[in-house]
Amino acid sequence: MSLEKEVKLLRNVSLLANVEPSKLKLLAFTSQWETYESGEFLCKQDEVGDSAFIIIEGEAEVIVDAPDGPLTIATRGANDVIGEIAILCDIPRTASVCAKSHLVTLKVTKDVFLQLITGYPQTAVAILRILADRLQKTTMQLREALAKAEGH
Amino acid sequence: MERSIYRYVLKHSLRDQIILVVWTAASMPFIYLSLEIPKLIINQAIGGVDIPSDVFGFPMDQIRYLVLLCCVFLSLVVFNGAMKYYLNVYRGIVGERMLRRFRYELYTRVLRFPLPHFKRTSAGEIIPMITAETEPLGGFIAEAYSLPAMQGGLLITYLFFIFNQDVLLGVAATALYPFQLWLIPKLQRKVNRLAKERVLTVRKLADRIGESVGGVTEIHAHATSHFERADISARLGRIYDIRFDLYKRKFFIKFLNNFLAQVTPFFFYLVGGYYVIQGDLTLGALVAVLAAYKDLSGPWAELLKYYQMKEDVRVKHLQIIAQFQPTNLLDEKLLDETPEEIPSLQGEILANNLTFAEDEHVTAVDGANFSISLDSHVAAVGLAGSGKDELARLIARLLLPTGGRISIGSMNLADVPEAVVGRRVGDVGQAAYIFSGTVRDNLVYGLKQLPIAEAEYDEKERATREIEQKRSIESGNSPYDIRASWINYRAAGVDSEAKLEHAVIDVLSVVDMQDDVYQLGLRSTVDPEHDHELTDRILRARTEMRSHLEAEGAAKLVEPFDQDRYNSNASVAENLLFGTPNDPTLRQEQLAHHAYVQRILRETGLMDDMVDMGRQVAETMIDLFADLPPGHEFFEQYSFISAEDLPEFQSLLGKIARHGLHSIDDDDRSKLLSLTLMLVTARHRLGLVGESMQARILEARRVFAEEMPEDMRTKIAFFEADQYNPAASLQDNILFGKRVYGQTNAQLRLGRIMAETIDELGLREEIIRVGLEYEAGNAGGRLSPPLRQKLAIGRCLLKRPELLIVHEATGALDTSTERRVLANVRQHMAGHALIWVVSRVALAREFEQVMVVEDGKVVELGDFAELDREGSTLRRLLDGD
Repeated sequence: MSLEKEVKLLRNVSLLANVEPSKLKLLAFTSQWETYESGEFLCKQDEVGDSAFIIIEGEAEVIVDAPDGPLTIATRGANDVIGEIAILCDIPRTASVCAKSHLVTLKVTKDVFLQLITGYPQTAVAILRILADRLQKTTMQLREALAKAEGH
Repeated sequence: MERSIYRYVLKHSLRDQIILVVWTAASMPFIYLSLEIPKLIINQAIGGVDIPSDVFGFPMDQIRYLVLLCCVFLSLVVFNGAMKYYLNVYRGIVGERMLRRFRYELYTRVLRFPLPHFKRTSAGEIIPMITAETEPLGGFIAEAYSLPAMQGGLLITYLFFIFNQDVLLGVAATALYPFQLWLIPKLQRKVNRLAKERVLTVRKLADRIGESVGGVTEIHAHATSHFERADISARLGRIYDIRFDLYKRKFFIKFLNNFLAQVTPFFFYLVGGYYVIQGDLTLGALVAVLAAYKDLSGPWAELLKYYQMKEDVRVKHLQIIAQFQPTNLLDEKLLDETPEEIPSLQGEILANNLTFAEDEHVTAVDGANFSISLDSHVAAVGLAGSGKDELARLIARLLLPTGGRISIGSMNLADVPEAVVGRRVGDVGQAAYIFSGTVRDNLVYGLKQLPIAEAEYDEKERATREIEQKRSIESGNSPYDIRASWINYRAAGVDSEAKLEHAVIDVLSVVDMQDDVYQLGLRSTVDPEHDHELTDRILRARTEMRSHLEAEGAAKLVEPFDQDRYNSNASVAENLLFGTPNDPTLRQEQLAHHAYVQRILRETGLMDDMVDMGRQVAETMIDLFADLPPGHEFFEQYSFISAEDLPEFQSLLGKIARHGLHSIDDDDRSKLLSLTLMLVTARHRLGLVGESMQARILEARRVFAEEMPEDMRTKIAFFEADQYNPAASLQDNILFGKRVYGQTNAQLRLGRIMAETIDELGLREEIIRVGLEYEAGNAGGRLSPPLRQKLAIGRCLLKRPELLIVHEATGALDTSTERRVLANVRQHMAGHALIWVVSRVALAREFEQVMVVEDGKVVELGDFAELDREGSTLRRLLDGD
């Protein structure tokens, strides 16, 4: 895949919608394109992480270690971002990510990611929105879980 | 050491000095004769006066007499010359021998310095003292007695001759001597003072430069280069002043001597001329006197020079030996003596009122009393400055007690030869030194106390060695042969040198170093001519690795080298060369400037296209990176062009845009070409090396190899699937390809598969063996700090000590490795004594026995479980940790 094609692909990622082409090019150039086959892990829970992933193609499952074995909590597809929490908060991975199909990702290192956010407020806002959205979903799930627990 | 250099010279070379003086004295009559003969030639043979009628029965006339005298004169000249040559050579030998002895003595003294002395003395000061400062001493020692004997003798001979001609002329010749003898020492005294100061200032300068080298990180970190340079500048200024002053004075003395020497003939012309006119003196005698005077000024000047040099050397000698006389020098006997049988340690370690004071004020160990049995493992704990380090070093006899006594069984450690302690006691300090040499050399270092077998010599070499040894002993140097076998494999518990290998590999696993050395081995190169058995097996590993990768479905992790295919994970340069360069000019960075590479690119028509590709790379780079601030890490990580070079490329591109690609010169073309050569298709994804370009590069690859001149063939090792590549590492040889970009965890997976392949083929031990030959670098600089610490512990274990002392020597290891090493070492030392000075008190929990040191005393010693109670010092330390 050539750099030009990659830039075209990145343009489709909603998160990067407002980033200028030259910066997208830099992002594509400095980030690593990785391919995974179904069942391969992108990252494992509790490991130290230094990069986030932008899914270009395929699907991945987000899995957490629950008391009674691994539990899939979400599935992510093209244009989604995963693994951003570890590099935003400098904490170990909060979950494992496993490829569900043939998967192509752009691995963005911490430095590049932070540069992107500081350079493009729109991108930062987009990230915020994603995070808030996820928080809201988690809160809802928690509420449901609590209700279930009380019901018993 | 002798304070007077004269006494030192006599003590060690009395015989030589006597021979020199006797020879010198014996040559004097001949020199006198060589003065007498010219007079006879002029007065008798040429003047035609008093010609004898026959000499030894041969009839004489004037011509015959002249010829005879001239022949006698010629043979005297030859004889005196030969004599002088012999004396000079002999003097040279004596001087060199004494210099050798002196340097060796100084070096031995350094080895005898008490360890605390090194806190006050730096290598920067010691090195010039033994090397540069002693140099003039050698020259002087050779002449210490013979030069005054020779020149003094000459002077007396000439004077005798002159006085023999005429007393008044003699007085005239020497009239100014008393004045010179009075004045010159006066001037010299000031010169001596300056010389002394110069030595000290230069020594300090050396010391400061040494400090700058050692502390260079600090200088950069604090940006104190101006401060440091100002300091050096001030010192250089001081040296300049001193030397300038010295020159002025030295040259003034020289001027004075020359002037006085040239004034004297004035008296000769006046007094001598008067006598000749009066008829009291023959013209021949006056000419001879003038000739003699000319010769006389030589020895006189030499004597004065000798006096100046003597003073200079005396000062230097005193200054050198003053630095080599510290108090508490280790007894020479303890350093030199080796008992026939090295006794085993028996009984227990017993300290009675053991005291160690540094500088007589700071008492680090203050009346410690303890006993430790020789089969117990003890953790020594204490706060920093509690004296636990000194205590450990006292037990290792690295420090000698200043009071009290420490003994092991019946041996008082203060009088045990170092050979015994060095064999039976192992000591690993915080910053154990790693010597330059291989990892193996460092491991076996502790087995090299004395040579155990002679080196293998043929007859000629043996004769040379015997001469060497004789000379060495004559100069008081070491009688041992450095080329002998020094490695005492028996001390390592094996009965042949070949089996030492096993002991070494065992020790590697004890200190958890096997894997590190294995990794070093993988990164090393092996010469197939040297060990083709191994390289053949590596080739097998290459095929095995390939099938393993395929079996695991991991073949996509590596793109193998294939003569007929373009490797998209290798750079354009690598694809063109298709081999591993052996020569720096063929490295990727240099390649664009290589004449042969340029020729091939031109011949295959690639040159212009590649320069144009370089232009496109430059454009993209400027496009991507121009907005980034210089020094941004991306430049180093991702860019082909450094931030400093970016503007240059910008203007270059501007020029090309205006005038076309042909407007730029060869140098700029090479710059653009080198960008192309760095391109890795899979990694950089610039889409510049398309399929047709790849085919053309493959063609260039073929031509490059085919047309390569003979002298270049040794500079590159081509990739060949069924050949071992001597220029590439073992790892690269097994992999025989490029790691594919963008494959997750490729490195880990490849490492694991490679390790499996290697284990299956039973190659691991071989590779560890190669790793053992890895060069540790200066002070072990090529090894990581944890590896250096492991190596230092392994070095001690290999000699199988009966007492091992480890003080805070595992600080660079991570906690889990530290615990593993500790457990292994404890197991290895089972039944022997182990004293582990721990940096983290918690580590003491691993020991049954613990020794608590506080204020230079052993306050608690016993079972950990018992001492770990309310109110104990141990508990306090544990809580504070």
